[in-house]
Amino acid sequence: MTATERSAAPTPVADAPATIGAIEAKLRERREAGAKLLVPYVTAGISPDWTDIVRAVADAGADAIEIGLPFSDPVMDGPVIQEASDRALAAGTDPPAVLDALAEIDAGVPLAIMTYYNLVFRAGDARFAASLAQAGVSGAILPDLPLEESGDWAAAADEADIETIMLVAPTAPDDRLPQVINRCRGFVYSVGLVGITGERSELARSALELAARVKPLTDKPVLVGVGVSTPEQAAEVSTVADGVVVGSALVRVLLEGGGTSGAADLVGRFRHALDAG
Amino acid sequence: MTDTDVPQAETVSKVDTVMGDPGPTGRFGEFGGRFVPETLVPACAELERAFREKWLDEGFRGEFETLLRTYAGRPSMLTRADRISEELGLTLLLKREDLNHTGSHKINNVLGQALLAKHMGKTRLIAETGAGQHGVATATAAALMGMECLVYMGEVDMERQALNVFRMKLLGAEVRPALSGSRTLKDAVNEAMRAWVAEVEETHYCLGSVMGPHPYPFMVREFHRVIGDEAREQCREMTGGDPDVATACVGGGSNAAGLFVGFADTDTELVGVEPAGGAAVGRAVPGVVHGSKSYLMQDEFGQVLEAESISAGLDYPGVGPEHAHLAAIGRARYEQVTDAEVLDAFQLLSRTEGIIPALEPSHALAWVMRDREALAGKTVLLNLSGRGDKDVEQVQGILG
Ligand SMILES: Cc1ncc(COP(=O)(O)O)c(C=O)c1O
Repeated sequence: MTATERSAAPTPVADAPATIGAIEAKLRERREAGAKLLVPYVTAGISPDWTDIVRAVADAGADAIEIGLPFSDPVMDGPVIQEASDRALAAGTDPPAVLDALAEIDAGVPLAIMTYYNLVFRAGDARFAASLAQAGVSGAILPDLPLEESGDWAAAADEADIETIMLVAPTAPDDRLPQVINRCRGFVYSVGLVGITGERSELARSALELAARVKPLTDKPVLVGVGVSTPEQAAEVSTVADGVVVGSALVRVLLEGGGTSGAADLVGRFRHALDAG
Repeated sequence: MTDTDVPQAETVSKVDTVMGDPGPTGRFGEFGGRFVPETLVPACAELERAFREKWLDEGFRGEFETLLRTYAGRPSMLTRADRISEELGLTLLLKREDLNHTGSHKINNVLGQALLAKHMGKTRLIAETGAGQHGVATATAAALMGMECLVYMGEVDMERQALNVFRMKLLGAEVRPALSGSRTLKDAVNEAMRAWVAEVEETHYCLGSVMGPHPYPFMVREFHRVIGDEAREQCREMTGGDPDVATACVGGGSNAAGLFVGFADTDTELVGVEPAGGAAVGRAVPGVVHGSKSYLMQDEFGQVLEAESISAGLDYPGVGPEHAHLAAIGRARYEQVTDAEVLDAFQLLSRTEGIIPALEPSHALAWVMRDREALAGKTVLLNLSGRGDKDVEQVQGILG
């Protein structure tokens, strides 16, 4: 038995298109106006009124919003977002329902989906990208799809005009950063620490260090996410970066029943700290 | 890309031969790859570089072989199971991985990885475990090499395998319950991956099967190939040729991969046996979880389903990517057996051969028993991947 089989190499990753999408356009415009950027994260389906929460977060000063599409095995997420995902899944949240709801939402700011690659792969890269576009979603963040594996998705997303927001991490050697940044659309997601999502009492030094390594390499907006837990930390890291992504801190408020007013209050405080910063 | 500087040495057999080298992108046909958070990409690349270098290094190979011989107790025997052979009307040969130190095949991989981690300057091992066998083996290697050890285990499995939890603690490891999801092996893998993301600089993730991101499926298979290499020699010596069939149970698929790789270039038929409630290959739906593309039990939207098996070590909704490939190209086939069939096999081997097997390899025997007519007169090599001590209490509870 000598059956041989050619290994199917992963699809090479094409260069990112030169066109600027809705998220990047909005963030650049705000940055040019002197603002620090705020992108909060809300888990879709966390409560029945989650679309109201998204609108409240937009009204409270978000520049764009990440919508978490819950996945059964979120390996990049800590206990808070795990719990939110579990709750949403237990309530029957599924991708088509989320996208249908987003199509109606009219939040006034651009939206990006954050989820894990299997939900995309199962639907099919092209079909998933088209369904995001149809729902009015502008971007996607897939934390378990690193550059080398992103060829199929990136091609489908580019085709559908979906901005693929890539993550850069503190563990990246210098020669890797420009490769990932070049493939980033929307903004560069600069991971704030060596670890998973969750609140930390202090801003990790690596958050500032990585942002300082990334900023000189690109004029795309650079936002720090993971471990940015308080308005003060957001202001501190935004002295180097263009702004922040706020996930677990907001989701915890929602898990604790804070609802639209709790969400608006927290996002308002981040907005204020960034504007005062 | 940064990976192009990884040495592409052909460590065992050529890229693009069956069960050969999956190359720098870790592909087994369309399966495999490295689907990990960006934080882990450099660590995977570093691990691949270190493994490829050491696996070609005679000094490292010598150290590994010495450990296998003088610590794990290799080579493991090949036993002709005469009474059961007579009962089933075939010739059954048992590869006795149950006789290894710590009671299963898992020690082969763990000694390889712990040695490699030590060479890489890592001070700490983390691992996931289902039945506890891989956790015990990792804790053992950590004790042997003076490393710290943290094992994640699903809360449900900690109850099912309480003795193994105590063993790990005796060996100096910390055992942390995985409390999310089904609280079994899949969730223990999630927790171990999260811990690895957070501690990647000083910690080596000692993955317990041929799954996860490249290079794990390749590396773990290579550390287990001693099973197949020994068995091939032993079969030739005992029977004058290769077996007609080589069979093994498949959870992630490490003991099966180690066996199969010894026979990939022969005419021996390769048969993996999955639990009916964890039949990733049986359902053959591709997916991406825990770092690689493979077959995965999932719903219509891609949410991962929970496996359901009497055997904690096979209670996993995925399977190593190389098995998906072997199934896709038809080089191996995969059968499914029920918990009831497994219990029958467990008892039959105990009664007729005086060998109490683990529930995992009892799956392979259950398939041999069911397909005995098709197998009549054939020589069947079965990988007896572990001993049953860990399972007797659970089985007592079921049989009463
Ligand atoms: C004895 C034994 N066999 C088999 C397995 C399953 O692992 P794999 O499919 O990787 O061989 C286990 C896992 O715990 C085990 O303990």
